[in-house]
Amino acid sequence: MTNHWVDIKNADVVLVMGGNAAECHPCGFKWVTEAIEHRNAKLVVVDPRFTRSAAVADYYAPIRVGTDIAFLGGVINYMLTNDKIHHEYVRNFTNATYLVREDFAFDDGIFSGYDADKRSYDRSTWNYQFGSDGYVMVDETMTDPRCVYQLLKGHFSRYTPEVVSGITGTPKEQFLKVAEMIASTATADRVMTILYALGWTQHSTGSQNIRTMAMIQLLLGNIGRAGGGVNALRGHANVQGITDMNLLTASLPGYMRLANDAEQDFQGFLDKRSPKPLRPGQISYWKNFPKFWNSLMKAWYGSVATPENSFCYEWMPKLDKGYDVLHMFERMYQGQMNGFFCQGFNPLAAVSNAKKVGLGLAKLKYLVVIDPLATETSEFWRNAGPYNNVDPKSIQTEVFRLPSSCFAEETGSFTNSGRVANWHLAAGAPPGEAKTDSDIMAGLHMALRRLYEKEGGVLAEAVTSVYWPYGDPTKPSPEELAKEFSGYVVRDVTDAADPTKVLLKGGQQVSGFGQLRDDGSTACGNWLYAGHWSPEGNLMARRDVSDPSGLGYYPNWGVAWPANRRILYNRASADTNGKPWDSSRTGILWNGSRWTGPDVPDMAPTAAPENGVGPFIMQPEGVGRLFALSGMADGPFPEHYEPFESPLAANPLHPDNPAARNSPAARVFKGDMEQFGKADEFPYAATTYRLTEHHHFWTKHSHANAVVQPEQFIEIGEDLAQEKGIANGDMVKVRSNRGEVTAKAVVTKRMRKLTVEGKPVHHVGIPIHWGFTGVARNGYLANALTPFVGDASAQTPEFKAFLVDLERV
Amino acid sequence: MATLQSLDVVERSATTVPTPQARDGVPKLAKLIDVAKCIGCKACQVACSQWNDLSEEVGQNVGVYDNPADLSANTWTLMRFAEQQRADGGLEWLIRKDGCMHCEDPGCLKACPAPGAIVKYANGIVDFISENCIGCGYCIKGCPFDVPRLSERDNKAYKCSLCSDRVAVGLEPACVKTCPTSAIKFGTKDDMLEYGEKRVTQLKERGFQNAGVYDPQGVGGTHVMYVLQHADKPENYVGLPAEPQIASMVGFWKGLSKPWAAALLGLSVLGAFLHYVTHGPNEVDEDHKNGEEV
Repeated sequence: MTNHWVDIKNADVVLVMGGNAAECHPCGFKWVTEAIEHRNAKLVVVDPRFTRSAAVADYYAPIRVGTDIAFLGGVINYMLTNDKIHHEYVRNFTNATYLVREDFAFDDGIFSGYDADKRSYDRSTWNYQFGSDGYVMVDETMTDPRCVYQLLKGHFSRYTPEVVSGITGTPKEQFLKVAEMIASTATADRVMTILYALGWTQHSTGSQNIRTMAMIQLLLGNIGRAGGGVNALRGHANVQGITDMNLLTASLPGYMRLANDAEQDFQGFLDKRSPKPLRPGQISYWKNFPKFWNSLMKAWYGSVATPENSFCYEWMPKLDKGYDVLHMFERMYQGQMNGFFCQGFNPLAAVSNAKKVGLGLAKLKYLVVIDPLATETSEFWRNAGPYNNVDPKSIQTEVFRLPSSCFAEETGSFTNSGRVANWHLAAGAPPGEAKTDSDIMAGLHMALRRLYEKEGGVLAEAVTSVYWPYGDPTKPSPEELAKEFSGYVVRDVTDAADPTKVLLKGGQQVSGFGQLRDDGSTACGNWLYAGHWSPEGNLMARRDVSDPSGLGYYPNWGVAWPANRRILYNRASADTNGKPWDSSRTGILWNGSRWTGPDVPDMAPTAAPENGVGPFIMQPEGVGRLFALSGMADGPFPEHYEPFESPLAANPLHPDNPAARNSPAARVFKGDMEQFGKADEFPYAATTYRLTEHHHFWTKHSHANAVVQPEQFIEIGEDLAQEKGIANGDMVKVRSNRGEVTAKAVVTKRMRKLTVEGKPVHHVGIPIHWGFTGVARNGYLANALTPFVGDASAQTPEFKAFLVDLERV
Repeated sequence: MATLQSLDVVERSATTVPTPQARDGVPKLAKLIDVAKCIGCKACQVACSQWNDLSEEVGQNVGVYDNPADLSANTWTLMRFAEQQRADGGLEWLIRKDGCMHCEDPGCLKACPAPGAIVKYANGIVDFISENCIGCGYCIKGCPFDVPRLSERDNKAYKCSLCSDRVAVGLEPACVKTCPTSAIKFGTKDDMLEYGEKRVTQLKERGFQNAGVYDPQGVGGTHVMYVLQHADKPENYVGLPAEPQIASMVGFWKGLSKPWAAALLGLSVLGAFLHYVTHGPNEVDEDHKNGEEV
């Protein structure tokens, strides 16, 4: 979240789209009900299904799965044609005024730089025009045809209400009603928040779904403001924490991008990640990257990491290709992997195309599963009848099950969706032989380390040199680990002007990332968490419920990254003079000499507004990007592409260009393209989702959860049920081109036939929670159905839009 | 579950002994369920089963989200889901938390023939004192909301106690404690009515012209109330009766006929006594005796 949970109460409009906050985040949803009751906020839900969020919404609009960009692009067009944008904000806080290179182009669905063979873009034309001073050229009048504003307007002019309705199936008047409610927050005194989750990420256009929304929020002036922002609702109490720490295969803690094969030179690696400002006077905060990186290496390698050996850069892996989850299982399926460690992850159930995943697991020599529960993955070799119809005799994979504790049996920190870290204490001891994950990992490390010390091996020193200062090397305590990721001073840091003056005493905890150094005098396991365990103690354990502003910042409750800032980009909550857009929802303000206010300023504290330092300090321009230079693999502007399995044979925006039917830059593995089903055989649009009563594939092991949602089902609308002769409670078989699921049918008015490009489209809804372990009734793995293709930028699998057929059995 | 003190008992089933009157000014309590705020998450169901140590069987899906499918001896509260098509083509998914309404004039208590098996406390809670329950099921017939259920295991009737054990020590019921959206509130009945009216005003402003508080007077009002978006159509909320009343037979038996029946019973006893005094005991003659022995 750019904002935080409590802040939802400050919104005037709450949009729930690409998520289902009431069902999947019921506790956080309380802040939506607060906004409705106490601010008279309006709740708008856009979803293929009428969900439990829709049940309490002021307005609901249906949408075909996988067409969110068309919908949101239509909203952008509506805002631009009806002049519903926050002009001062857009002109000053976004790159709307920036001029784009003349050779950047967009032709029938394809951006300039496309290589069809590689299915990827050379992004060099996706850039600004630079003046002789080395800075980006701008047009303050926003009339230059090459300025971002004009390009944006042109790009989205195609997304008329009629076109949007034709693609999305949302009736035109319902689309316009939602657009109007969203656009009502373009004024300074109204703010909208957007709550999304996997309904946006799990598409071949997932990153662009979110980006389109971010653009809307920039155009409305809602980023950085209380009650605004773009808010990802994370699926588990600590998913934000694990993402911050190291979830992504291409980055290290604190979102530091890993080196690739071409980056063998340390200085070049650092320079590329510490960009110079693109406009005069901008902060470009990533310029501090070397401080964060070198401090991380000091935390990992201690005294071994020195400036002379480039802080052990040589030992860091350099990416040759993707190692995301789809890549991993593709390689396993190809027989290119010997072993797999599976920690807190149930891929047989959770990764798309369960059959392919199972076949991959069967090709391993060994599989290690670290989990509190007996997961499907740990029993992928077991014949569970129709639910897992495998031949155990033909599977030679050796499976090791290491029972781990569950979260309530551990002491440590949780980081919630709002980036607030809270310390918690173990409520009980883990049962039997179960150990905490950190104990298991430490035990493995020590065993491997001894083997490397004894026997040597490739790059043995990368393992044998790891700094391991814990009291009991096989049991690092949560406190020791927290102090490490929070950072400490390795040796005295003295004033450059006066070397006798000690600024930071060796051995003390750092109080923030501002104290980190690139010379090896500080160590920090995650710069974003720097200072969480400060010289004052463990800030994560703070439980002060005072909220002086009444806006829900709760500044002394736990601690938020970065720097206890509760709302990111909060400089944008004030106008160009530093005066809050809305004094009843102040984030920060300029008091004449410095930035102050209820939140921690996301700005240099004494940077006067007249100096024009932009609010988006992590960008080298200092402004929000309506046009994205980097980061997006599939285009600087979002474009609607059909899901890889779509009821439509062509992209209605590019009917004559097959290359633009689906995301041109989404990676498809050899053999998977053939596994995409066609609409003539699989006529129904399907989507998978979660139910309130269950959490992923865990809670089917819990009796209470199993009681309130005991048995697998699928949902269909009444008209499709009638067409197929299916009654409520009948057993139905749902097939995709990869697998099948047989389950009870819930026939409902909440799923309705949509008219897409003049033709009817029915949806089939498939909750994911069942499997062949646990106390709930056994069921089929929903991911037997889903396709093995991911988002072009993030590689998140497309669980949310595919094709099926179904029949009564 | 007798957890309040006997001093708190103001009504007791099948009992003519007067209830204690020593305590004054016990405030009437109520739970208010705001259907317009409810997201149907069933956390209240789970909290209820956990607090009360009730373990329901893992059931089946029967084509709806309601699970378990019905109230039972082990399921004292249940979310019931209703899809309603609006006149303008829109849809409403009305989700109602079903369970004991804790009537001011409880039909179950009136119907119950087992002395002390059902009590009403001064705060308004209607509680089943299970050790006294004889399993006749009259309470089910007497309930205008079809709430109590007989256990197949011990043949006793069960229902929501409004967590009388928690309330007795100043806590809110478990469902109230766990509700993530504060759709369930608990307090004095006066406060709940006042808050409910405030919510009704808000709902009317948001376009629900017929919003209202459900506190049916046919049973003397209830200590579990609803805020309904459509108070004019309570039946749209899966079987919530528009005008609940105690079944006429129960009313007749307990209200009008019981004193007469008692008087008749008394008269028969008196008649028998008079017969004895005036005619002496009926004697069986020898012939009959012999005949019986043949």
